[in-house]
Amino acid sequence: MKSAVIVFPGSNCDREMIEALRLVSGCDPAIVWHRDAELPAGIDLIAIPGGFSYGDYLRAGAMAANSPVIRAVKDAADRGVMVLGVCNGFQVLTETGILPGALMRNAGIRYICRDVVLRVENSQSVFTAGYEAGEEITIPIAHHDGNYQADAETLDRLEGEGRVAFRYTGEVNGSARGIAGILNPQGNVLGMMPHPERAVEPAHGLTDGRRLFEGLIGALAQAA
Amino acid sequence: MKIRIFVTLKPGVLDPQGKAIHHALEGLGFAGVNDVRAGKLIELEVSESVTDAELDDMCRKLLANMVIENYRIERVAAPERAPA
Repeated sequence: MKSAVIVFPGSNCDREMIEALRLVSGCDPAIVWHRDAELPAGIDLIAIPGGFSYGDYLRAGAMAANSPVIRAVKDAADRGVMVLGVCNGFQVLTETGILPGALMRNAGIRYICRDVVLRVENSQSVFTAGYEAGEEITIPIAHHDGNYQADAETLDRLEGEGRVAFRYTGEVNGSARGIAGILNPQGNVLGMMPHPERAVEPAHGLTDGRRLFEGLIGALAQAA
Repeated sequence: MKIRIFVTLKPGVLDPQGKAIHHALEGLGFAGVNDVRAGKLIELEVSESVTDAELDDMCRKLLANMVIENYRIERVAAPERAPA
């Protein structure tokens, strides 16, 4: 599997993402700088990591959404390449319009850094193939702007089309309908606030994130 | 020419920062504040050739997130100079 991790000034979960991909796939991901206008050829998966790209200036993800590399990511997503955006990566995907809605300041104002229990709402996507539908998993979160909001019509559409991948099982950050992660209509783009790459080996204390990568890599291998 | 762009949350969008400011005002003993909404003011210095349509485009593409925010553009009149 060929993967790439995008790095912006201010990204701070890129190392974890690179290590998680290396650990699970056995291949080294390409590391792509935000100014690069092209992605390596033949890429299967693009990961946009967490952090504070461009210092979260203007809005979280707003500057990154207009960087040269994101145009290439958009084109790749349109061609069906898998795109995984975690935390700030999710914010970037909503700011570009690749995913609907917006991530606002947490309802309780505070930055939240803790483990949360998620319910896997859809196990049919390539990203959630490693889980059972309805399964509860524990994944860490670390964010200030994770309060997912969209208009009622968009929320209904996401629910109706099975595009809510993960939902918080309790109140966390004010997100509409407890949404923690969503898919695009084609199912090749997933944005989520929780950090699966921080829960891939026993030393992390949690390993539920590992199956996201295993399921994804397995699904990609099957499709190849 | 100076342009002021006011970016505000759309009505109905929950504003946690506004809520916190409201609480703080109440904590200071200011009565009669019914609601607080926090927004952003962005000032641009642009040449005369920049059109309204271009300013609009800047707001839609970057300065405001149209999913949750509205914007209002204000052209600031140059201060009147005293006759020489």
